[in-house]
Amino acid sequence: MGEIKALQLFHGPNHPGMHGNFSVHIKVDGDIVVEAEANPGMLHRGFEKLMERRNWMQNIALILRVCVVEPDINEAAYSMAVETIEGMDVPERAQWIRVMILEMARIANHLMSLGGIGGPTGLYTGPNWALVDRDLILDIFEKITGARVYHMYIVPGGVRQDVTDEILKDLEKVLDDIEKRLPEYRELILEHPIIQKRTKNIAVLTRDQALSWGVTGIALRATGVDYDVRKYDPYLVYDKVEFDVPTVDFSDAYNRLWLKYQEIYQSIRIIRQVIEKMPSGKVREKLPGNALKWRVKKGDAYVKLESARGEFGYYMVSDGGTKPYRVFVRGASYPQGLLGIEKGLPGTRLEDVAIWLDTMGVCAPEIDR
Amino acid sequence: MDKPKANLFSSIKSLKYLFKKPVTIEIPKVYREAADRYRGFHTNDWDKCIGCGTCSEICPTNAIRMEKVPGYEAGNGQTDERPVIDYGRCCWCGFCVDICTTGSLKMSKDYIFISPDANDFIYIPDEEGINKNYPEEGYRRNDETDLLELERVIMGHLSAEERGDSFIEYVRGYSKEEAIREASRCVECGICTYTCPAHMNIPEYIRTIWEDDLEKGVEYLYKTNPLPGVCGRVCTHKCESVCSLGHRGEPIAIRWLKRYIVDNTPDDEYEKVVLAEVSKPGKGKVAIIGAGPAGLSAAYYLRTLGYEVDVFEQMPLAGGVMRYGIPRYRLPDEALDRDISFIEKIGVRIHTNYKVDKEKFKELKEKYDAVFLSTGFFTGRKLPPHILPGSDHTDVIAAMDFLPKVRDFVRGMGEMPEVGEKVVIIGGGNVGFDVGRSVVRLQRMKYGKVDVTITALESEDILPADREELEEGREEGLKVVFSRGPKEIVIEDGKIKGLLTVKCLRVFDDEGKFNPQFDEEDKLFLEADQIFMAVGQAPDYNYIPDDIMEKLEIVRGKIKADEYGRTNFEWLFVGGDIKEGPDIIHGIANGHNAAKAIDEYLRKKYGIE
Ligand code: SF4
Ligand code: SF4
Ligand code: SF4
Repeated sequence: MGEIKALQLFHGPNHPGMHGNFSVHIKVDGDIVVEAEANPGMLHRGFEKLMERRNWMQNIALILRVCVVEPDINEAAYSMAVETIEGMDVPERAQWIRVMILEMARIANHLMSLGGIGGPTGLYTGPNWALVDRDLILDIFEKITGARVYHMYIVPGGVRQDVTDEILKDLEKVLDDIEKRLPEYRELILEHPIIQKRTKNIAVLTRDQALSWGVTGIALRATGVDYDVRKYDPYLVYDKVEFDVPTVDFSDAYNRLWLKYQEIYQSIRIIRQVIEKMPSGKVREKLPGNALKWRVKKGDAYVKLESARGEFGYYMVSDGGTKPYRVFVRGASYPQGLLGIEKGLPGTRLEDVAIWLDTMGVCAPEIDR
Repeated sequence: MDKPKANLFSSIKSLKYLFKKPVTIEIPKVYREAADRYRGFHTNDWDKCIGCGTCSEICPTNAIRMEKVPGYEAGNGQTDERPVIDYGRCCWCGFCVDICTTGSLKMSKDYIFISPDANDFIYIPDEEGINKNYPEEGYRRNDETDLLELERVIMGHLSAEERGDSFIEYVRGYSKEEAIREASRCVECGICTYTCPAHMNIPEYIRTIWEDDLEKGVEYLYKTNPLPGVCGRVCTHKCESVCSLGHRGEPIAIRWLKRYIVDNTPDDEYEKVVLAEVSKPGKGKVAIIGAGPAGLSAAYYLRTLGYEVDVFEQMPLAGGVMRYGIPRYRLPDEALDRDISFIEKIGVRIHTNYKVDKEKFKELKEKYDAVFLSTGFFTGRKLPPHILPGSDHTDVIAAMDFLPKVRDFVRGMGEMPEVGEKVVIIGGGNVGFDVGRSVVRLQRMKYGKVDVTITALESEDILPADREELEEGREEGLKVVFSRGPKEIVIEDGKIKGLLTVKCLRVFDDEGKFNPQFDEEDKLFLEADQIFMAVGQAPDYNYIPDDIMEKLEIVRGKIKADEYGRTNFEWLFVGGDIKEGPDIIHGIANGHNAAKAIDEYLRKKYGIE
């Protein structure tokens, strides 16, 4: 009998527990991960570079690809960075609509990720259910923006089109339906003994790790730090709506799921307030001239927003031309998806790698951009 | 919220879904209708689409290319290309729909298309749609999504009070900020270039404004037009009538933008650009008769090509219609002087007060290698007494006998021409308005009040004069009566009492020919003590020797020539009104073309490569 040596394994890009076209090279000793190395490049489309070759409007069709599940956050961060540099006013109604859109996206994202835990754990009812309910949100996206996944709706100066009262009614109904369904997710997933066994005390992130790596969002809030950009540095009209930021003080996979679950309720709460309080008026200001000739003043800006995965930011420089001079994207899941993989995975069990990626909300293009 | 506890049985409840209707649907048994704003497959109305290519410019994925459509004839103001969409690239953003200049390109609610052949996904949208089912419209552009700027930057004018009693230029011209803003509306499609008689590089020079590089702009202007200061003010701007932006909004103010370049480039920089392209004089001498737009344009280009050029002008000042026809409030002398000064600076010799007659014509023919005629339509026409009784009265004046006097008066080179207290003008074209608005000013100076009426055969909707002439004329106090034909000039005791008019029922017949019909019973008498006629101008060919004249073909007053102004004599070329009919920019284009033809002729003659 020979000795069992350390094995090198590919986790992804084809793996039910992998998120997107991304791969982790893992060395294991038995079941235990000894070394993990992120292996990007399969997705690399040079988003940031491509942005320098497209004009301010054209980029709207590109940037949202930086996160497929929550594309709208890109549209918002990009547009707000343009607006900051240009010193553009955004109509009040558009700001409320943006909050509504961003919270819808958060619900869609959390649903997918909540159900998605079924992937690495074998509970396939979860993703099936989640996709159906997420589709309800996508239906509303389709009604508002004309597209289900890539909306290209939030643009510099506002949003592309107004929402009608009829659509808002439909949205209210969808929120009621989802709210009614949530206890079933709780029963199916959160109360499930096997899920609990597979997620409690698994993929643990300590507060020190989170803070030193720069992890934000739910992964950080699960360590007891209540950092949420919407509260700490409110943008749009987040200071005009009431909502709570749920936290727990132990960041394991289970608690992160549990926070996502609770955040869905908060998002529903926010959207309901938006529908109630949103003023009427125009929804878009435009730069002078036609979109081929839009120029943004010379300057730079960093805009940060709270995405479903944490602080999401665009640092953008304009040289006064028709295209961005440079754009840097702070992908929200970058720290936990890159540093987290390399420093956090060693010592965990092989089957927990997928749990880490899943509950940390790693979104591959945010790293591989 | 309570933290969930483990419960082995909780998830068993989900078994109830086994007995519920599935949420998935089976296509094509069940079809799911897309939302109203759905961004699905495109459609394009080919009759509306002008092939401007703007959709392809904005497309962020390069999914659209413009392709010539076989067998498709492009009309004026469009190209024969139509957009082709590659659905392997399209990301359904809808920006092409948002920016489409005509609104022809739309998106449908159609979202399923199946074909085993990948090439089928490269599709030229038409009204039928990719599935040939005339799909329902989905996503629609509206004011908020529109990616064009439809409204023109307003041009500042002196108010009617400020301008009504003087001949001061009343269009202020754009400021830098305004010009850049107006220029930023242009989509650079070049549709206008085809229509401009001189095929000016319009999108290119508009872009130089947007980039604030006016020197480059001047360079573009002079490629096809050596009188940009004039054209920037009074061109008939046919380009604007086809401008892509005009389909859904207001056309780009092409003319005013041109003026902006000319007026805002400092003389020294201007001179540098204009002089840069001029060749040293070599072999070949050309005589040009008439220093109007065509003559000056031909002179400029011939000189840049290296020929010696002499221009002969019978009037004391060069410029022709620009100097003696168009009123000063539209075209001040300074603007014309500036344009002409650069033409002279490159070495063109202009001899004014030089009337060419038959004898001199022969001399010129001997002394020069080629002769270019551009003597214009400078004789005022009047309706003869057998058509309009009373028209031979001395107080009935032809427009072209009056306008030069006004210009001379304004520039201090003549007396104020006679104007009556009550004036009627026959003719609703731009010249009629030039006379009318000039009389308004003179009356204000002389009598302190205004009484001028223009009578037009045409109804308001088909008035030949520019819309702005009508509007601004009215602001200044001009009255206009439409659909009226002159019947008789009523004279009592040798004095004009007024003009009797009858109702004009139609101007053109069914074939579109000028063939007015009147209702003789419907009469209107307009009191007047002076009457002007602006019913067209005529050429005067008395200076052309008979043996030459015999061999020239005259068609409706114009000398027959080819596109390049070549006549039956290889050394004789014509351009301007006498070839094309009255229009400055046509004249300039003629001059440029003739210069090319003369160049060709002289190269052959001297064996220059
Ligand atoms: S929808 Fe967008 S990507 Fe598709 S052809 Fe139009 S502009 Fe291009
Ligand atoms: S923008 Fe509109 S009008 Fe122009 S080519 Fe495209 S479809 Fe045709
Ligand atoms: S001026 Fe009008 S027609 Fe000409 S290039 Fe610009 S948009 Fe096109």
